[in-house]
Amino acid sequence: MTARPFRRISRFNVTSLALGLVFLYLPIVILVIYSFNASRLVTVWGGWSLRWYSEFFNDRAMLDAAWMSFKVAAVSATLATLLGTLAAVALSRGERFKGRTLFSGMLYAPLVMPEVITGLSLLLLFVALNAERGFWTVTIAHTTLTMCFVTVVVQSRLGKLDRSLEEAAMDLGCDPLRAFVSVTLPLILPSIVAGWMLAFTLSLDDVVIASFTTGPGSATLPIRIYSEVRLGVKPQINAICTLVLGLITVVIVAASVATKLTSARGESAAPL
Amino acid sequence: MSARRIFAGPARLAAIAPYLWMALFFLVPFGFVLKISLSQTAVAQPPYLPVFDFTQGLAAIKAAFAALSLDNYRLLVSDNLYVLSYLRSLVVAAVSTAILLLIGYPIAYGMARLPQRWQGIAMMLVIVPFWTSFLIRIYAWINILQHDGLLNQILLALHVVSAPVVWLSTDSAMYLGIVYSYLPFMILPLYATLAKMDPALTEAANDLGASPQATFWLVTFPLSLPGVGAGALLCFIPILGEFVIPDLLAGSDSMMIGQTLWLEFFTNKDWPVAAAVAVVLLVLLVVPLALYDRLQRRQLEAGR
Repeated sequence: MTARPFRRISRFNVTSLALGLVFLYLPIVILVIYSFNASRLVTVWGGWSLRWYSEFFNDRAMLDAAWMSFKVAAVSATLATLLGTLAAVALSRGERFKGRTLFSGMLYAPLVMPEVITGLSLLLLFVALNAERGFWTVTIAHTTLTMCFVTVVVQSRLGKLDRSLEEAAMDLGCDPLRAFVSVTLPLILPSIVAGWMLAFTLSLDDVVIASFTTGPGSATLPIRIYSEVRLGVKPQINAICTLVLGLITVVIVAASVATKLTSARGESAAPL
Repeated sequence: MSARRIFAGPARLAAIAPYLWMALFFLVPFGFVLKISLSQTAVAQPPYLPVFDFTQGLAAIKAAFAALSLDNYRLLVSDNLYVLSYLRSLVVAAVSTAILLLIGYPIAYGMARLPQRWQGIAMMLVIVPFWTSFLIRIYAWINILQHDGLLNQILLALHVVSAPVVWLSTDSAMYLGIVYSYLPFMILPLYATLAKMDPALTEAANDLGASPQATFWLVTFPLSLPGVGAGALLCFIPILGEFVIPDLLAGSDSMMIGQTLWLEFFTNKDWPVAAAVAVVLLVLLVVPLALYDRLQRRQLEAGR
């Protein structure tokens, strides 16, 4: 009798996996190829060209939006990483504390909460507080959303960590803060880096929450892309999308290298 | 006192800043949504009445409270537009989740069957689209589906159709977009449960004479139900309030509730009705959100 017959991968397994990956990647590949199309007609291939890229770099409004998005993503990802890491530490090391259920509920709910609700409720808060809408309101909104993702990424790493390391440090005379900074923090650093990058890309991608919380004159790149896309396909948008995809790819590769450096295979890869 | 207990005190202090942040920017805003959903639309800045002015004394605040009413909710119940939007959202979310499960399960199953060293790579390949811009991925489909897009060009070249087919602005395009965007959310939790499963269980079923089909339905599938539940909730809840995908890919004859909310807010500038739409949507989400919260908590705190 053959050993482990059910462990073996069948033709059906391979086919469904391959088809699934083709489905996920083909549209993106097509988009990237067409961004180098020389023809103004999106659907007619007119040879290779960088024409749409140079058009983007001469488009003042688009460049402003891209810069705005970049600033919002960098600042909100940093804030979100600080707050999210603190939250993860409290949840996984704080044992029981008052209001813990509410705390974790507030952190998990935004992960799935429809964006129209989050966006609308934050806008109503900003209006009630009489806050001027612009860079800071979008940044606060994105921090609120993305810190929850950071919390989950860091918390899942903390949960897998060997607690006896921290305990040994304290038995050897470290106070809790010192034990955390010199033992725990280096071990969870890859997940903190991954959390920052996830927060950055999520912020760079958001159109709904930004539309609610932004003010006149401070449109982000996704808001601009979105309003162009509603009017139809344009070759310049293909080029911008390819640039954004390139930036995100760099971020992902950096994140996965950072995570691979210390953590065991696969465990930190799940973003949720 | 164990070192673990000593650590717990300072760790609790770490909760203060994120706690205050989430209370102020996540919890408190719902209070404003509720309050404004009970207000009247007004041609003013901000566009609703009454506005609470705490400097005007108790009488003014009392008067403001008295001016709150349920009129917006009456409108939601009486006007077909809203009821149909909610129903359409529920149908779209349920159908999409079912399709996602049908497509996602075989993919996750295939991943879990790969040799160990390939599993990490396969997982990475599924996660990358989740990280890449979701708006761009929807836009990529518009490229393909438009009137003279790649799909119609291929179909015409192969003589499958004789005239370009209308793909954009249809429900099929919307479902395609939703399934495409949410597939990683379905695959990852399914894969997580399937990969953890002990192969000895299926072997035992096989040794006892079960056919591969019987083994799957009697052993593998029941054991993967937590993953099915997690994946279904991760997809169903956000799809229910989805705005961008139906707005870009579906036709304009019927709207999902996220689109209705957007229309009331941005086009009609009727903030109170938009707020009421949001409150009712939240009420619809209470049960799935509670289930999801329990799952998430159990999964993340299992390692403690």
